[in-house]
Amino acid sequence: MPRAPWTLRLLRTSTFRLAAVYLVVFALSVGAVLGYVYWQTLKLLDEQAEDTIAAEVQGIAEQYALNGAPGVMAVIKSRSRLDTGGLYLLTTPVGKRMAGNLRALPTVALTKPGWIEFAFGVETPGGLIKHRARAYYTRLKGGYHLIIGRDIQQLRQFGRIIRNTLIWALGLTGLLGIGGGLLLSRNFLRRIEAITATVRSIRAGKLARRVPVDGSGDELDRLSQALNDMLDQIERLMKGMREVSSNIAHDLRTPLNRLRSQAEDALRSGNPEEHRAALEKTIERADELLKTFNALLFIARAEAGQAARGFGEVDAAAVARDVAELYQPIIEDENGAFSLRAPDKATLAADRQLLAQALVNLLDNAVKYGRKGDAPPDIEMAVEADEHEVRLIVADRGPGIPPDQSEHVKDRFVRLDKSRSRPGSGLGLSLVASIASLHKGELKLEDNRPGLRAILKLPRMRA
Amino acid sequence: MHLLIIEDDREAAGWLVKGLKEAGHVADHAADGEEGLQMARDGDYDVLVVDRMMPKMDGLTVVRTLREEGDTTPALFLSALGDVEARVEGLRAGGDDYLAKPYAFAELLARVEGLGRRKTAEPVRTRLKVGDLEMDLLKREVSRAGEKILLQPREFKLLEYLMRNAGSVVTRTMLLENVWDYHFDPQTNVIDVHISRLRGKIDKGFDTPLLHTVRGAGYMLRAG
Repeated sequence: MPRAPWTLRLLRTSTFRLAAVYLVVFALSVGAVLGYVYWQTLKLLDEQAEDTIAAEVQGIAEQYALNGAPGVMAVIKSRSRLDTGGLYLLTTPVGKRMAGNLRALPTVALTKPGWIEFAFGVETPGGLIKHRARAYYTRLKGGYHLIIGRDIQQLRQFGRIIRNTLIWALGLTGLLGIGGGLLLSRNFLRRIEAITATVRSIRAGKLARRVPVDGSGDELDRLSQALNDMLDQIERLMKGMREVSSNIAHDLRTPLNRLRSQAEDALRSGNPEEHRAALEKTIERADELLKTFNALLFIARAEAGQAARGFGEVDAAAVARDVAELYQPIIEDENGAFSLRAPDKATLAADRQLLAQALVNLLDNAVKYGRKGDAPPDIEMAVEADEHEVRLIVADRGPGIPPDQSEHVKDRFVRLDKSRSRPGSGLGLSLVASIASLHKGELKLEDNRPGLRAILKLPRMRA
Repeated sequence: MHLLIIEDDREAAGWLVKGLKEAGHVADHAADGEEGLQMARDGDYDVLVVDRMMPKMDGLTVVRTLREEGDTTPALFLSALGDVEARVEGLRAGGDDYLAKPYAFAELLARVEGLGRRKTAEPVRTRLKVGDLEMDLLKREVSRAGEKILLQPREFKLLEYLMRNAGSVVTRTMLLENVWDYHFDPQTNVIDVHISRLRGKIDKGFDTPLLHTVRGAGYMLRAG
């Protein structure tokens, strides 16, 4: 798929879309607020002008009632001389100007008293210019036309200024919004592109690459961190896999080599008795290898979750008693001490064979490795149950496992005895751990002070 | 005993036929499921040894078909699939025993001979007797030369199994499966310890031992 041009990709970013939506909402609300202010201001100014005019009309009407037309003329004449911005005109019934600072009746229709608006000429040093006026028109008794008004040119101009300011403000808001949105999106897009580029190069095989983290702690940074953690985990797992493979190769090569040397040695000697003994030993060693393979296969299947079919209700206490009974003679034969503490019943959804196998492995470990030097084994077994989980515990008094190794020993072929002189495949605990995870539980290896305390924690799932 | 081996691995089948002949049995070989089914229908066999995965027709189908036709010849499944589930599947299809590959020939021989004996349906017995060792299954009592021997429940079960199979080899795996109902392989030979305890109770102080170890195979209880 060809990549879209940069600007198009920018417009398609979610940040830009968000910014655009926000901008529209913001512009609408700013417009509404400014519009209201504009409308209210104009209304207020108009009302003020009208109030003044209305007061003057009132005054002149009273003057007329007292002194008639001559009185009104005198008042208008005197007021016209004052430069208050007021507009006055008194005419005869036929429209001839009697007094006032307006030249003539405006050209608008004057039929009944009321508010009118019109244009009138104003003398300025630059010549005659037109101004707007708002006025009250009335007809005095006797047919005289009276117009009292105000020059509202400035008022209208003020309104225009406010309107222009408003439009400019809206325009600027829009421009800044779009610009900000683009800027934000570009920043966002750049960081996303960095992540994408990293993922691409990891896919291309550069597995050590990591997504840049700027330490700001924002959501993109957290995403990058999460991606990096995931990549680290994958790398760890892959390293583990590599380790397992090389361990398998090593652990299987050693017994195969021994087997081969033994057969070779027997072949050199001509003694039929020795041939026979060597063949028997060969079968024994081959069986051990096959056992190792079977255990590996089992663990692999368990890890893939394939053996989890056919779980039923199992009484872990009964399983523990059975296994204890199977193992007790072995421990007694070595003058060891053994105890089992278990409730009458501890049921859970499990596979009886797998639980027994796990316990047998733990006991086997305890008998083989759980003792100090030549001291007899001292093993405690326990079943504990609460409403959430069942714990199967096998504890010994041996050298234990250093805390920093307690996770590592669950890996395949890991043996704390570096010389590998003692018997064992190094798969026992891996097997138990995989049985635990099949039951959605876990194997915990704790310090028994002294010794090892292996706890198989199994949740009480429904069967 | 007349046996039929249904197994597509010709080399493995060859070893099996040879070994069984040396043990005094007659063994025929069928190289796939269809041929095996036909031979089982036509011949009169004491035990069938059936591989599970085969071309044309798999082992489960062969045995299931035979059972549906009313054939009850004991069948032992051989399979590379060793887990419990696969074993249960085999038994459900009508198999009588199940052995995971790889197996020791002695193990297979002991199981096949066990199945062959079972075919001659034995009457329900309340007393078992091997030499001067006697077991009363109703009273749950054991005595040797009239002298009562006290056994733990599991020891009783172990001895009962050995006595029912007196004169033939029983392997450690057979004991684990039939006495303890464990279908996995404990890495240590726990069975040996239990056998030696039992031996201490039934053989100690008597001139002729009854419980014998068969090298490379397992144990056998026999008189003299």
